[in-house]
Amino acid sequence: MAEKPKLHYTRGRGKMESIRWLLAAAGVEFEEEFIEKKEDLEKLRNDGSLLFQQVPMVEIDGMKMVQTRAILCYIAGKYNLYGKDLKERAWIDMYVEGTTDLMGMIMALPFQAADVKEKNIALITERATTRYFPVYEKALKDHGQDYLVGNKLSWADIHLLEAILMTEELKSDILSAFPLLQAFKGRMSNVPTIKKFLQPGSQRKPPLDEKSIANVRKIFSF
Amino acid sequence: MSGKPVLHYPNTRGRMESVRWLLAAAGVEFEEKFLEKKEDLQKLQSDGFLLFQQVPMVEIDGMKLVQTRAILNYIAGKYNLYGKDVKERALIDMYVEGMADLYELIMMNVVQPADKKEEHLANALDKATNRYFPVFEKILNHGHDFLVGNKLSRADVSLLETILVVEERKPDALAKFPLLQSFKARISNIPNIKKFLQPGSQRKPPLQEKDIPSLMAIFH
Repeated sequence: MAEKPKLHYTRGRGKMESIRWLLAAAGVEFEEEFIEKKEDLEKLRNDGSLLFQQVPMVEIDGMKMVQTRAILCYIAGKYNLYGKDLKERAWIDMYVEGTTDLMGMIMALPFQAADVKEKNIALITERATTRYFPVYEKALKDHGQDYLVGNKLSWADIHLLEAILMTEELKSDILSAFPLLQAFKGRMSNVPTIKKFLQPGSQRKPPLDEKSIANVRKIFSF
Repeated sequence: MSGKPVLHYPNTRGRMESVRWLLAAAGVEFEEKFLEKKEDLQKLQSDGFLLFQQVPMVEIDGMKLVQTRAILNYIAGKYNLYGKDVKERALIDMYVEGMADLYELIMMNVVQPADKKEEHLANALDKATNRYFPVFEKILNHGHDFLVGNKLSRADVSLLETILVVEERKPDALAKFPLLQSFKARISNIPNIKKFLQPGSQRKPPLQEKDIPSLMAIFH
């Protein structure tokens, strides 16, 4: 019997959200065990379930995997979302690292002081429109295909859609100068597994609210 | 044209050092083009050579690879330092990511504000001896020479690199870890790595305070 992967994290997006996206896009059902208070994290640590005492942790194929990138690479490889050879993988890796940098900046915002946050929102907007999105727009323009790499859906496409939606939450017209990304967003959102994930009631998580921010700080002691 | 990989970065460890280590361990000769001033970075940017306007960038096999992890993944895959299957790769990835976290902590110490520096270093060294090294000591209990699959992989190279960087700040960091001590000796003796550890190699020294201003000037 194939067991479903089991995700251990808080109820928020954080570092686990990209994993939820990838599993969902791959059409893989998964379970979640939520860390609601510090004691839940302590228990995982004391049970020896966390290799480096940290989450995300995903139970999958008999392993207790930790480290977000390790988990994502494993899922991408397993479900054929990682290109067909080393060179395609290199391109996927480059694209994903770019969207990781961008989303990392956005993820940090809820935990920043108001003045720092305001400056960073401006920086994120600038980076999104001058450093990151132009790269993906150009990639789509140069080959004219539906997907970023190898004319086939890959982890890079799923990650880019996640990044676009997250950035749009910050500034709804962020794609105004990027017609191909707009079309990409429309196309990707209609992929059946992704469409399902985007609907209410899915395991996709909302942005953090004030109460959740305080709780996350308590759980992780920062 | 030599066909050797060309590394573009300032003449310092930074984010390029793990790439130098991996190429050296794989026995791959490489060239370096050092960024010495802002104009050098700007030229790479305006030539369109940097996908996200950032370095590290490595010219290899007709590509201009950026993003440290993408570069390392490619080299590891190309030179068979990435395990034999997806499960070995998963283990290698977990270990390497853990070590990257520790390495980043240590690397960031030098740019901490003066009043926070000591506490930051203490925290990093505490993590090394209580969170990370115990994990690898325990893994080596399997009695093999290498971390994964009884064969040299990027995880072993990364662990040696990390051990040496921690020892630069705390010489007795391995006092409680006998298996890591013998691992260190063993991996240091692998011919390619031994060569890289000798003076005159392309390995870079630790960052000195006095070098920080000129580095900052390149990027800001």
